[in-house]
Order: sequence, then C-alpha cells, then structure tokens
Amino acid sequence: MAYGEKVIDHYENPRNIGAMDKSAANVGTGLVGAPACGDVMKLQIQVSADGIIEDAKFKTFGCGSAIASSSLITEWVKGKSLDEAENIKNTQIAQHLALPPVKIHCSVLAEDAIKAAIADFRGKAATVGGRAAQNVAAEAAAE
Amino acid sequence: MSAEAKKNIRLPIYMDYQATTPTDERVVQAMLPYFTEVFGNPHSRSHSFGWEAEAAVEDARAKVAKLIGASPKEVIFTSGATESNNLALKGVARFYKDRKDEIVTLITEHKCVLDACRHLEEEGFKVTYLPVQQNGIVDLERLREAITERTAIVSVMTVNNEIGVIQPMAEIGTICREKGAFLHTDAAQAAGKIPLDVDAMHIDLMSISGHKMYGPKGIGALYVRRKPRVRLQALINGGGQERGMRSGTLPTPLCVGFGKAAEIAGDEMGADAERIRMLSERFLDAINTRLPDVVLNGDRERRYPGNLNLSFSYVEGESLMMGMRDIAVSSGSACTSASLEPSYVLRALGVDEEMAHTSIRFGIGRPTTEAEVDYTVETVVKHVQKLRQMSPLWEMVQEGVDLKSIRWSDH
Amino acid sequence: MTAAAAYLDYNATTPVKRDVADVVAEVLATGGNPSSVHRFGRLARAALDLARDEVAALAGVDPDAVVFTSGGTEANALAVASFAARGVARLLIAGVEHDSVLAAAAHAGPEVKTLPVLPSGIVDLAALDALLADVRASGGRAGVAVQLANNETGVIQPVAEIAARVHAAGGLLHCDAVQGPGRIAVNIPALGADTAALSAHKFGGPQGVGALVAPEFRVVSPVQTGGGQERGLRAGTENVAGIAGFGRAAVLAADDLAEAGRLAAMRDGLERRLQTSFPGARVYGAEADRLPNTSCIAMAGMRAETQVIALDLAGVAVSAGAACSSGKVRASHVLRAMGADEDEAGSAIRVSLGWASSQHDVDRFAAAWSELAARRAHGQASIAREGM
Repeated sequence: MAYGEKVIDHYENPRNIGAMDKSAANVGTGLVGAPACGDVMKLQIQVSADGIIEDAKFKTFGCGSAIASSSLITEWVKGKSLDEAENIKNTQIAQHLALPPVKIHCSVLAEDAIKAAIADFRGKAATVGGRAAQNVAAEAAAE
Repeated sequence: MSAEAKKNIRLPIYMDYQATTPTDERVVQAMLPYFTEVFGNPHSRSHSFGWEAEAAVEDARAKVAKLIGASPKEVIFTSGATESNNLALKGVARFYKDRKDEIVTLITEHKCVLDACRHLEEEGFKVTYLPVQQNGIVDLERLREAITERTAIVSVMTVNNEIGVIQPMAEIGTICREKGAFLHTDAAQAAGKIPLDVDAMHIDLMSISGHKMYGPKGIGALYVRRKPRVRLQALINGGGQERGMRSGTLPTPLCVGFGKAAEIAGDEMGADAERIRMLSERFLDAINTRLPDVVLNGDRERRYPGNLNLSFSYVEGESLMMGMRDIAVSSGSACTSASLEPSYVLRALGVDEEMAHTSIRFGIGRPTTEAEVDYTVETVVKHVQKLRQMSPLWEMVQEGVDLKSIRWSDH
Repeated sequence: MTAAAAYLDYNATTPVKRDVADVVAEVLATGGNPSSVHRFGRLARAALDLARDEVAALAGVDPDAVVFTSGGTEANALAVASFAARGVARLLIAGVEHDSVLAAAAHAGPEVKTLPVLPSGIVDLAALDALLADVRASGGRAGVAVQLANNETGVIQPVAEIAARVHAAGGLLHCDAVQGPGRIAVNIPALGADTAALSAHKFGGPQGVGALVAPEFRVVSPVQTGGGQERGLRAGTENVAGIAGFGRAAVLAADDLAEAGRLAAMRDGLERRLQTSFPGARVYGAEADRLPNTSCIAMAGMRAETQVIALDLAGVAVSAGAACSSGKVRASHVLRAMGADEDEAGSAIRVSLGWASSQHDVDRFAAAWSELAARRAHGQASIAREGM
C-alpha cells in the first residue's frame, strides 16, 4: 500500500509516545476506539494552571494512519489552550497526512481522542474545583 | 544476524506464497518457444502448427493429471482456480438441479466458492455452510449429518488459503460416497505441495491453479471424474473445446507452463516439503522463543507448514506490515482492502475480532532461504516489540487490566 | 517443418510478436498478485494498469471500460450473459457469428432469432429493422450481436449503422471485434456497440487473454464471481503477464494497420491468380468490405479437408473454416448463412495473412493450390485420405 510520506514519517518517528499519571489532577486521558474494530487510541494531555496544554502523550493500537494521526495531534495540541485544541477537526488531520478515504476514520478517532482527554481533564477540574469551593464554604460556615 | 548474512539477502523478501508464487525459471523457459515458434492454435486441425501446439497441450494435460492421480481425459483446462470453482459448483448444481438442489460447504472456503454458493442460493439452491472446529478442521459427524439425499455437491478446500489447515479429504470423500453426493475440493493451495490422489481421496471434482504452484497465472484446471461420471453445465460455451465443458482457444504457452510446473512439483515435492517444514519450524520456534503472546491460527499439526498465520496480540496487523516493508506478507484481516472486517476465516475459528486484527500470514515457499527466515524473524521481533511499546492494550495488560472488562466505544 | 512452412492462418492465431514475448517473459519473472498490497503486488498492479490503458487506447475507450478475460470466447460469453441478465426479451444473433456467440446465445435463456445476412455476408438491414420492430411490438428489448469482421470471410459489418438502428429501437448491441485489431481500426465508441470482445492472440498477443470492452461498464453482469477482481465483473487472479503482453500487442497493432495496404495487395493478387488457374474458384465476401488479410476461396468439387491436408504437405498452413471445434468436419455455418450450398461451403478454405507474411509465402500457397486445381482438372483428386 502506498502510504503518504507524512504518515510514514510519523509511523517511523512517532512523536510523544508515552504515558502520564492518569490520576494526576493536571492530566486528562482519552481512551477511544475498540480492539475489535482494529484501533484504540490513548491520548493524554498535561494542562497548566492557566489552561494551556503543556505536554501530550499517546499510545495507539492501530494501522499506520492511526498511529500517524495520534502522533500528529499530540504535536498540534501542545501550547494550545483547551478551547483551541478542542477545535481541531479531523479533516485538518486527514488533509495534513493526505489520508486516503478508507483511512479517514483514523483522523476521526484522533479528534475523538483529544476531545475525550479534554473532557476527562475538565471533569477532574470540575470535581477538584468543586471540592475546593465546598471546602471554602465549609470553612466559612465554621467561622 | 551478521552484516555478512544480511548482504546475501535480496530485499524485499517475498513471503506471500499463498497469494501467488513466482513463476519457476524452468517453467518460463518451457513456455517461451510456444509464444514465437510453436505458436499454432491447438484447435487448428489442418496443419502442423496446430498439431504441434495440440501435442504440447496434451503433454501438459498428462503432467497435470499425473500430479493428482487422474487420467488426462479427466482434466479440463480453465483460466484458473476461480473459474474451476465456479464451473464445478455452478456447473454441477445446475446440471443436477431437477433431482438434487442442495450444496454443503464450509464457512472457511475461499471467497469464490462462497460467492458461487450465494449465487446458487439466489437461483433456489439450499446451501449449508458448515462451521469448523477451533483448529479449523471440519467436524466429520456434522458434515455427515449435513449431507442429505438432496445434496448434489459437497465442496471442501483441501488446504486453507488463509491458515493452511488440511482437511481430512479421504474421510470426507468416503462420507460423500456413502451419501451419494459429489465431492469437490478447491486444491489450489494443496496441489504440488502435498500428495493428492483423486481416487484414494474419493474426490469427484478438484480445482487447481497454475500460479499457486510456480506456474503461470491465467491457467488452472478442473478435474472432473469420469467413473462414476460427473456431468456439468458449461459456463462458457462456444467452440466446444475441453469436451464441451469449457470453450475457448486453449492458451498453449500457459498450458505448457502449467504442465511443467506440475511436473517439477511432482518430482520435487518430497524435498520441497521437507525443506519447507524445516524452515517453518525454524521460524515458528524463533518467534515463540523471542516474543510472548503469539498465537498460531489453525491446527498445529494438520497443516501445510508453508502457511503460518500468526496473531501478534496487542499489535495491529497492518501497522506491523507497514513496519516490515521489506517483507511481503499478507494481513490476516482484510482491512487493507478498504473493508474493516477482520478475516472471516479467523472468525470462524472463534478467534476474537481483536486478535483477528493482529494476524499476519507468512508464506514459506520453494525459493525461501534460511537467511530470509532469519531476517524475517529479526524484523518481526523488532517491530512487534516497538509496536507493543506503543500499544495502549499491551500497556493495560501489563498493568493487569482485563481488556474484556473495558467498555469500548463503538465507532 | 514448422519453421520452414508458410503460415497463412493468422485468423486462427498469430505468432506472438517478439516484443510482446519479451514483455510477457519479463512480467512472468516479476511475479506478484495485483491484489496484494505489498511491493510485488503493486508492481503487478502497475503492469495491469498500464496494459489496461494500452488496450483502452486501442479501443478508443476509458480504461474503466476494459474488463480483462481469458480470451474472446469468455468475453463473448460474458457479453451475452450480461444481456440476458439485463432482461432482454430476445437475442438477435447474426447467422455468421462466431461459435462462441452462437453457443452463448443458445444457453443464455431468452429466445434467439437469427439475423440473416445477404449473399455478400453483410447483415440484412431490412431484416434487422423488422426483427427489432417485432421485439419492440412485444414490449421487450432486443439484445443484438453482430461481429465487426468475420473470421472466415473477413467481411466487415456496418456496425455503426447497425448500432444506430438497435439503439433507436431501445436495444443493446454486442460486437465481437476479435478479428479487428491490427487489421482495421477498432474504435468501439465510433462503432456504437455497448459491448465488444477482443482477443490478444489474434494480433500478436498471447493466447489466454482477451477483454470485454464496455464503454458503460455497468451493462456487464459477472459470470465468474469471487475475489472481486476487475471491479467485480470478472473474478480470478489476473493473468498479469498475458495481460501485459496484450497491452503491448495493442500498442503494436497500430504498426500493423500500416501493413494493411501491403496485405490487401498480396491478397488481391492471390485471388486473381487463383481465379485464373481455376476459373471456377469462388471468393466469398468479395463484394463486401473485407479485412485486408483474409481470403475465403472455394474450389468446387474438392473438399476443404482434402485441400488443407495437401497444402500442409506442401508446407502451407491454411484452414478449412474456423479452428474451434474438436476436429468436427462440417460445412461452414458462415458460408451456409451466405447462401452457399453444403457442397460449395464444404470446398472453401481460408487464407489469412499477417505482418510476417511475405509474397514468397503467398506464392507458395498459390503454386500448391494451383497444382491441386490442375490435378483436380485432370481428375486426380484422390490425394489424401480423410482424417489424416
């Protein structure tokens, strides 16, 4: 199969492979896809206090295009705000990597993965943030 | 592997001998004179150009017949195994349809057999698609039960193209005889590789292909038993060649090449088989020693050793193939051909879909060398290790997560 | 003996051109299954794609319009079966069609009517109109088969005109164009046929490969199903080397067209000579447009089998009618359709020239045949046993 040059580059030199502590408060984890469908992506982001993605890591079970899509998106999201990262469209990934039609679903999966990671992070922040607010209220009540 | 050993390998390495085999140089040499020198139409009755071509075709027919223990009169040349399979199934079913309207086959048959069956279903035939056991072999008792007095033809592949398992044809043949049904076998992957004898195996129709046995593409044969006589309705009518079962000018060079390939295969089968078995064991042992969680699909013993279909757990097959770009193999799953369905053959063995996605078929053939096998092992091990480091599934399993406990999203 | 003999049976099969044989040998050595995704497969696919472009160019169609088959017979079978699958009410088959078309029609299902030809060998257009009108009146659609040029007589049909009439009546037209390439221009869109059959070994390509050309490929319904090759229209691993040779032969066919004048001049000279040495000699189809390479000549009173055997002994290879059925001796249905009686048709032989034919070959034939004629004139025609 003729893979595009960029797909081959990301496949051979994947950027940002790795894992972060998924229980950390400043880490968001997205796990999308299914083994039975032939692709699973795990994408993690580390977010700074001012809402900027400082780092991103991925692991992917899937074809070369899936690996390239996840590798590419980790590069793209670094330095972006959560809102900016959330606005990345699968079509941009597909276009950048010159994915053939049968591989478009790989880019969709990458978009889903970053959204899932952001949602995970925001869920945590809401819980942590919520807990902090409750604590303040409790302290105030005690006074 | 030493740098020296690597230098002796011509890359890319071909390990896809089930898809097609290279044409043996001796076959090519045998064919060439029939393009430009003895170029007659073998059906021309009025001159020596035709007679010489005809003699060459008949010599080739005898060689093909000998390989499968048949009489030359029982061998019909076709354009390949796909045509042979179509002709056997559609031809027999349609000929006997007034008396018998049932067909029995396996769900692991080649696509063209299943497709022919589906067409026959549309024409009103009843087709039973039998499952196979976990090792890929049909359960003979289930087969026996499935054949009724309405069964015209049973079709079972001798050696499976995806996983290499060998069905017990002689036993199946005995059952078909008892039950009064014709037995057809797609022996494209078997002919020239394992001993075949249509009489000993009670086979009534057998499809074989030139290019799966180091012969040319575009030629195959259908064995059609004469005693007891099997009749069939032709798919291609016309000049009445091949006793009316298959019209069209016989391609002399292709017939000659096919005959030569059959002759070589017969002569060298013992030595080839022994070498291929040795290389196959060398490959499998090395992989199993160096990589955990690799599964050989299909029965370990009852197989053609030149076909090893392996599942590399937690590593998606297509990505592995992409890594091993200097080794030509085929993915057990059909993902590459625009369909995302994993192999129906592996699914039939009860292989989980996720495992089916991790499968690769390695073919070992007549030209395969020890150095090629060793190089392939190195390459496979390197890339499986790399891809497992990248695999979220591998990571989860190492962490003790049961993958079945996860609720995966659909997409 | 073969090497020294004069081969004048190009309509049965032609030698493979050297250049074509080289391409075939090269692709045979390359290997690979075009359905495989790896490099070997891609090389095979590239050879296939190139050949498809080359054959498409020969036929004046898009590459999409070319469905490779195992030869002309299969292409004809596929076309006729496709018409049947499209529900044509009646098949109208010219009486001079090749056996593969006649047999395919007989087995296809719909009622078959013979489309008569005139004594010239040309389809009777008035009869065609009447038959088309009949089908139309019955509310159905006609599937018509008319060859481009006849294999026995070389008579060229007015296919474009026939196509216009068939289409005006809502019918479909198949054209067996197997004898055309390298002899006359074969532009399928210009001919107007819905489908057309080609065969490589009739113009310097290898045996075992042909194509069904269908400018609108959706008219084709597969006979042989399976792995989805040829876009599902014809399953089976492609005969890549043969197809590559077919492609090269298609390119070289243009060179042969330049030879048409030379062949026609030799053929015409031959016919004049024969008619001089045997004034009763009849040339079939002479009144019609013919392929430049073909001559069908009857020597009344001497059976064709006797002639071809004597000619073979004299080192000249020609044929008595078509080279298809397994040795069945029967009068040509083509000549019978043109109104020849059994005896006359049984005394006709076919001489067909090609690019390697020389005046020397033709002279050899003319001398041998004239000798036969002279012997016949002297009543000594008992030359060869039948079935020898």
